[in-house]
Amino acid sequence: MLRWLPEDVSTYGREIDSLFYLIYYITAVAFILVTVLMIVFLIMYRGKEGRRAVYSHGNTTLEIIWTIVPAAILIVLSFMSVSTWAKVKRHAPDSDFELQVAAKQFNWEVVYPGPDGKFNTEDDVKFDNDLHVPVNKVVRVYLSSKDVIHSFFLPNLRLKQDAVPGRTILVWFEATKPGKYELPCAELCGFGHSGMKGWLYVHTPEEYAKWAGENLGAKPQ
Amino acid sequence: MSDTVAAGAVHAAHTEHDALSFWRTYVFSTDHKMIGRQFLFLGLFMLLIGGLLAMMIRWQLAWPETAVPGVSWIPEPYMYGGIIPPQTYNAIFTMHATIMIFFVVMPIMVGAFGNFLIPLMVGTRDMAFPKLNMLSFWVGAVSGVVMLASFFVPGGPAASGWTAYATLSAKTEYTGVNWGQNLWIISLIILGASSLMGSINYITTIVNMRAPGMTYFRMPLVVWSLFITAILLLLALPVLTAALAMLLFDRTFGTNFFLPDGGGQPLLWQHMFWFFGHPEVYVLVLPAMGVTSELLSTFSRKPIFGYHAMAFSMIAIAFLSWIVWGHHMFISGMNPLLGTAFMMTTMVIAVPSAIKTFNWLGTLWGGNIRFTSPMLFALGFVSNFVIGGLSGVFMASTPVDIFIHDTYFIVAHFHYVVAGIIFALFAAVYYWFPKMFGRMMNEGLGKIHFVLTYIFFNGAFFPMHFLGVGGHMRRIYNPTQYEFIQPMQDWNVFITVSALILGSSQIFFLFNFFWSLFAGKKAERNPWQANTLEWSAPTPPPHGNFEVQPVVYRGPYEYSSPDVKEDWLPQDKNLGVGAATRAH
Repeated sequence: MLRWLPEDVSTYGREIDSLFYLIYYITAVAFILVTVLMIVFLIMYRGKEGRRAVYSHGNTTLEIIWTIVPAAILIVLSFMSVSTWAKVKRHAPDSDFELQVAAKQFNWEVVYPGPDGKFNTEDDVKFDNDLHVPVNKVVRVYLSSKDVIHSFFLPNLRLKQDAVPGRTILVWFEATKPGKYELPCAELCGFGHSGMKGWLYVHTPEEYAKWAGENLGAKPQ
Repeated sequence: MSDTVAAGAVHAAHTEHDALSFWRTYVFSTDHKMIGRQFLFLGLFMLLIGGLLAMMIRWQLAWPETAVPGVSWIPEPYMYGGIIPPQTYNAIFTMHATIMIFFVVMPIMVGAFGNFLIPLMVGTRDMAFPKLNMLSFWVGAVSGVVMLASFFVPGGPAASGWTAYATLSAKTEYTGVNWGQNLWIISLIILGASSLMGSINYITTIVNMRAPGMTYFRMPLVVWSLFITAILLLLALPVLTAALAMLLFDRTFGTNFFLPDGGGQPLLWQHMFWFFGHPEVYVLVLPAMGVTSELLSTFSRKPIFGYHAMAFSMIAIAFLSWIVWGHHMFISGMNPLLGTAFMMTTMVIAVPSAIKTFNWLGTLWGGNIRFTSPMLFALGFVSNFVIGGLSGVFMASTPVDIFIHDTYFIVAHFHYVVAGIIFALFAAVYYWFPKMFGRMMNEGLGKIHFVLTYIFFNGAFFPMHFLGVGGHMRRIYNPTQYEFIQPMQDWNVFITVSALILGSSQIFFLFNFFWSLFAGKKAERNPWQANTLEWSAPTPPPHGNFEVQPVVYRGPYEYSSPDVKEDWLPQDKNLGVGAATRAH
């Protein structure tokens, strides 16, 4: 089933995917166990004339075991999830590469700070739906929305974050492979929700310098 | 025995009403059994509408922007010669979910079976407040009419999803839907009132009107499940009603509860909605678990495995369901540290569900299993619940949820749980139909219905996991607009074909239901040889239910007890002093 996962090109995607795989194997074992037992019981104990069911109200030892084992597995799983979650969502690394993305019905408005390196100045450069970033560089994105809730989704970078009107939320990623990756909106945002998408272009440092020189009107960051 | 009856008779004040008029018998009835049937018919009618909407969704996803057969009569701009435009698509999935949750599962599992079963199973003559009960149904019916009316107002029905996230839902300009969204809000406020009346009635009846000897821990598990459901409804609905009222004020009176321009917070809506919404999930699934426990024990001819664990796990679910709502909001922008806390509580709430599943397996073990239609559907519910429960572990883990949130993985998960309830729903209909209508449903047709429903349910919903793993978002109108989704389009076609066959298979149920209603084999008093009190009442039970007040001597699952020759032992059968102390 997990072969359908899109290619991962992020620094933290591997951790997310390994949790995904771990849970997949655990649940697969549980599923097979329960299904096989169920089928076996249904065949072994199918109704027969003259047979009488076992008169039993339960077994406390068994019940304690099947309470504690799943509880232990689930608690371990949640502790294993804590650090990855903190890495992706709570501790954005420092970087000099910052962007603003403002979502609006039905576009991603991407803002580069321009030659002065500061936002909200005259030399800011805006694009609709296209993000250009260099490979192997931490990118910090200040995410906001101008109207309704949208969701910034980069399947190949294992990143998703809602953009909420009235707030600015910091997200980050670091792409590890140059290429062109789709950037759909993942939260229902109105009649144009479907098809609201952009592209993330991950460039080699040289290509990025060239692109920045042509489009940002100055030396790259 | 009649002396005991006189002494123990509860609420004898509800005297027999002979020869009621047509209106008082079939329309404005105060008889819990008639109200139960009314809820059943309301729910089945809405199921038809909700199901047809699902077919339209699936058609669009498999063959985007081609004409859906049979709907070309719907005028522009809602349809273009049968082709669904994006705005209408959003309205269709919004109404599909709203109808299925609020007007199918709730009216049938809680309304119909809650009403029909509680007084019969606790051994009393009617609900505590019969007139309030009648009002509950009719207020619910008005709410349904308001919801259906929203299809016919300019702009069409609500199109902001059943979750109605602000700010999309809070301003007309964002969706282009004005009165459709307002009527959606008003309808749910009215429905909230209906459910409150019902839940007060259920709680009062269960607390005060149990038959002599019917202690809490002799109650059938389905009654336990409805009792807990009623408590959840009583506490959760006021929060939804408050949120809906605030949303309506934002839309019509210019307040800014959820609109940031005026100082409001869009996330406030999500907190309020899911504070209601997660207990609501258990409102939907607990009665299904109750029905399943009932049927697995009855048809395994074996006591339920771990009765107390079953009851306490439902109580645990009820408590925990209040502190897990944030798992719907991991990527909403809520403080990520709070996300960590909600992940912990969410992992914990999976434990009582696991206990229930293992106890169901324990019930099958050593049984003498009868594969009747209701049993097959109950087993189908368990099978789906296992998949839905396990897939829930993925999204409980916050890092994994980053990727699968708002994808078809979530759609697969909640359909395995919530649409899986339809198996418990069918199980309950096949099982209690004889008591409700005095006739048996056809077993052969029931089995065909089960096999087709089981196969094509899985065909329709299992591949959605693959789509979700591939990143396929929910609520998108046209998957072929995305390059990374295009390679998976064949799965969308596969799902749609399965869904269309799943939908068509329900003809076997509808035919069986209506044919059996008039021409089914006459049912005896206790056709399944079950223990609970409803089977001691005449079939169908008259106004007032029991000929004599039943007295309860034991728990509901004394199957294959060594005390008797038969493999069942009704709760109200008096075996004399020596035997009564042995059995629970």
